[in-house]
Amino acid sequence: MQTANLLPLVLVLTLVAYGLAYMRSRAVAAPLGGIRNLKALPFYYAARAALWCAIPALIVLAVWSGFEGKVIQSIVIASLPQDTWPDSPGQASLILSQISNVAAGNLNPDFVPDHIAGAASLLETTESRSENFKAILVVLIAVLGATFAWTRVAPHINARKNVETTLRRIFFVCAALAVLTTAGIVFSVILETLRFFDRVPITEFLFSTSWSPQTALRADQVGSEGAFGVIPLFTGTLLISAIALLVAVPVGLLSAIYLSEYASKRMRSTIKPILELLAGIPTVVYGFFAALTVAPFIRDLAEMVGLEASSQSALAAGLVMGIMIVPFVSSLSDDVINAVPQNMRDGSLALGATQSETMKKVIFPAALPGIIGGILLAASRAIGETMIVVMAAGLAANLTANPLESVTTVTVQIATLLVGDQEFDSAKTLSAFALGMLLFIVTLLLNVVALKIVRKYREQYD
Amino acid sequence: MNTMNSGISAEAENQDEPRAASVAEHKPEDTVIEEGKTVGKPFSDDPKFKLRNVEVFYDQARAIKNISLDIGRNEVIAFIGPSGCGKSTFLRCLNRMNDSIDICRVKGSLALDDHDIYDPKRDVVELRARVGMVFQKPNPFPKSIYDNVAYGPRIHGLANRKSELDDIVENSLRKAGLWEEAKDRLDATATGMSGGQQQRLCIARAIAVSPEVILMDEPCSALDPIATARVEELIAEMSESYTIVIVTHSMQQAARVSHRTAYFHLGHLVEVNETNKVFTSPQHELTESYITGRFG
Repeated sequence: MQTANLLPLVLVLTLVAYGLAYMRSRAVAAPLGGIRNLKALPFYYAARAALWCAIPALIVLAVWSGFEGKVIQSIVIASLPQDTWPDSPGQASLILSQISNVAAGNLNPDFVPDHIAGAASLLETTESRSENFKAILVVLIAVLGATFAWTRVAPHINARKNVETTLRRIFFVCAALAVLTTAGIVFSVILETLRFFDRVPITEFLFSTSWSPQTALRADQVGSEGAFGVIPLFTGTLLISAIALLVAVPVGLLSAIYLSEYASKRMRSTIKPILELLAGIPTVVYGFFAALTVAPFIRDLAEMVGLEASSQSALAAGLVMGIMIVPFVSSLSDDVINAVPQNMRDGSLALGATQSETMKKVIFPAALPGIIGGILLAASRAIGETMIVVMAAGLAANLTANPLESVTTVTVQIATLLVGDQEFDSAKTLSAFALGMLLFIVTLLLNVVALKIVRKYREQYD
Repeated sequence: MNTMNSGISAEAENQDEPRAASVAEHKPEDTVIEEGKTVGKPFSDDPKFKLRNVEVFYDQARAIKNISLDIGRNEVIAFIGPSGCGKSTFLRCLNRMNDSIDICRVKGSLALDDHDIYDPKRDVVELRARVGMVFQKPNPFPKSIYDNVAYGPRIHGLANRKSELDDIVENSLRKAGLWEEAKDRLDATATGMSGGQQQRLCIARAIAVSPEVILMDEPCSALDPIATARVEELIAEMSESYTIVIVTHSMQQAARVSHRTAYFHLGHLVEVNETNKVFTSPQHELTESYITGRFG
């Protein structure tokens, strides 16, 4: 039986176990004078039976499915005549794919050597036997588990404690999964980064000023040495992020002040969701808005005043990105401004301060750490943004501070390096991981600083 | 804000209760209050505030019902009454702190030195410079002690030079009885002080703009007995030069510090009289029930 069919079967068994245990617990309780004489509610006996039924069965299923392939492969390989044993992993996978193709009927057995055809039929029988064993074992364990729990439905046994403990462990596993995933991602990026630094020295990566990741595919190719200096990418990132923040911070902050201090309740409840809608627009949409509307407009404007502007410019990307992160700044600032206790406002107003004086002298300073935290979060968002830059700022790694020229960013280079078919042993592809690592470190630092500031602010009024 | 909200709900609950018409067991809650009728001495020969037929609404709910009262010059008047009776709301009318609450409307005539407080042309900044306020919970700004006291004088441009400002700060802290404790740490942040010190700092902050009236909304409810005693001493000293209106839940406090006492009940002003009279021979049965502790 296939794994896909086994899962619903286990589910059905679990439900049956739940129902049976529930009924049994009531039946056990009835002669004693009702469920109040049980140590736990019928639900807990039933839930425990369900857990006993499902969890061991699912664990066995997962382990079996996980190792099944490897075990069968080694059995099949071992069955081959000694002289045809593969001597490298590459050859082994070649032979195995041939065998499985024959087994699946894609390849006529008459066209392959006899030992391959034999191995193919062995593969087929082993696989079907494995499927059957697996199904029988899983169902058996499910039934055994449920039966065990069913026999332990008794008034003096406290099922509630077992269920609570099990649930706590399940929750822990879920939490651990998220952490492990993050750790896994970081770990794999670090590995690839180290491989990259085997090929390109870390000093060249960090301090060289030219970026041109094309490497020679063949030894006799000319003019493709590859240059991996990250500085132009980082200056491009910084330039665009700075422009974005120049737009987002004033607009976001002032709108937050308006919303939290001046706007009426109705106004606030209308404007705030609309403003937050900006954060929900896909960045691709911002991207073509930047590329098709803003960038040409800036070019025409620059030409009118006699400046030379590229049709893809850092300014266009930065402006649109700024609009995109306005809600980050405004929403977070609005929250922290609202978190400033009302009695601060009252204290200032009662001394005869106007609303704007109160804002400027009391509320803004009190909320400043939180506002800075919000701005830093917006900044890390800006640094990580890719799509707008791809479309509006270009791919050319220029080392420039002129916002009218086209620049590129770290994220854009990562995207272009990994798009399409790539060989994973060239410095070009591996450099993407080094860039990713660097970006990860930078945004991590920004986030840590932001969180620190926000936390410090929280303690102030508690 | 909170006290007012609870005020509305408490009042609404009371109104919704069907009035039990049992004669045998007459509860003070059953007493019918005649609107706008206050027993005792609500008026003064030399009024600082002249308040006539004041009504306050939160949306539809009427929190203050037709109150008329004079507050005399350099008088200390205490507002007492059960929670939600409207005394804080009424207090906040006197410096228009209710303005910042959208749903709040004030009707009637309220005058400070014969000038209408709620005149639309009136500058609320100037009003609040003359009528200072101290709140229930000490609310120093998260700035230095010096900057807290200097806040008002700076806003109103009371000092031309740093030395003048220094003098104002020192004088205000002295009047608030905080100078000795604070003079060596004027640059320390005010939120690091004890609750009692913070409240005296708030009083110093209010005094610094040389107001004529100081409103105190339960100024000691967050303080320990020793700090309370200090604030009460301070009130007694200040009564020579300021008009003070104090809302309090402590009847002993009202008895100790005030010249006159006003008893509020469900938005009505039931009785106003000289403090010793209110506490020794109350004229209204509700006042008597309250001060003898039968409800509140």
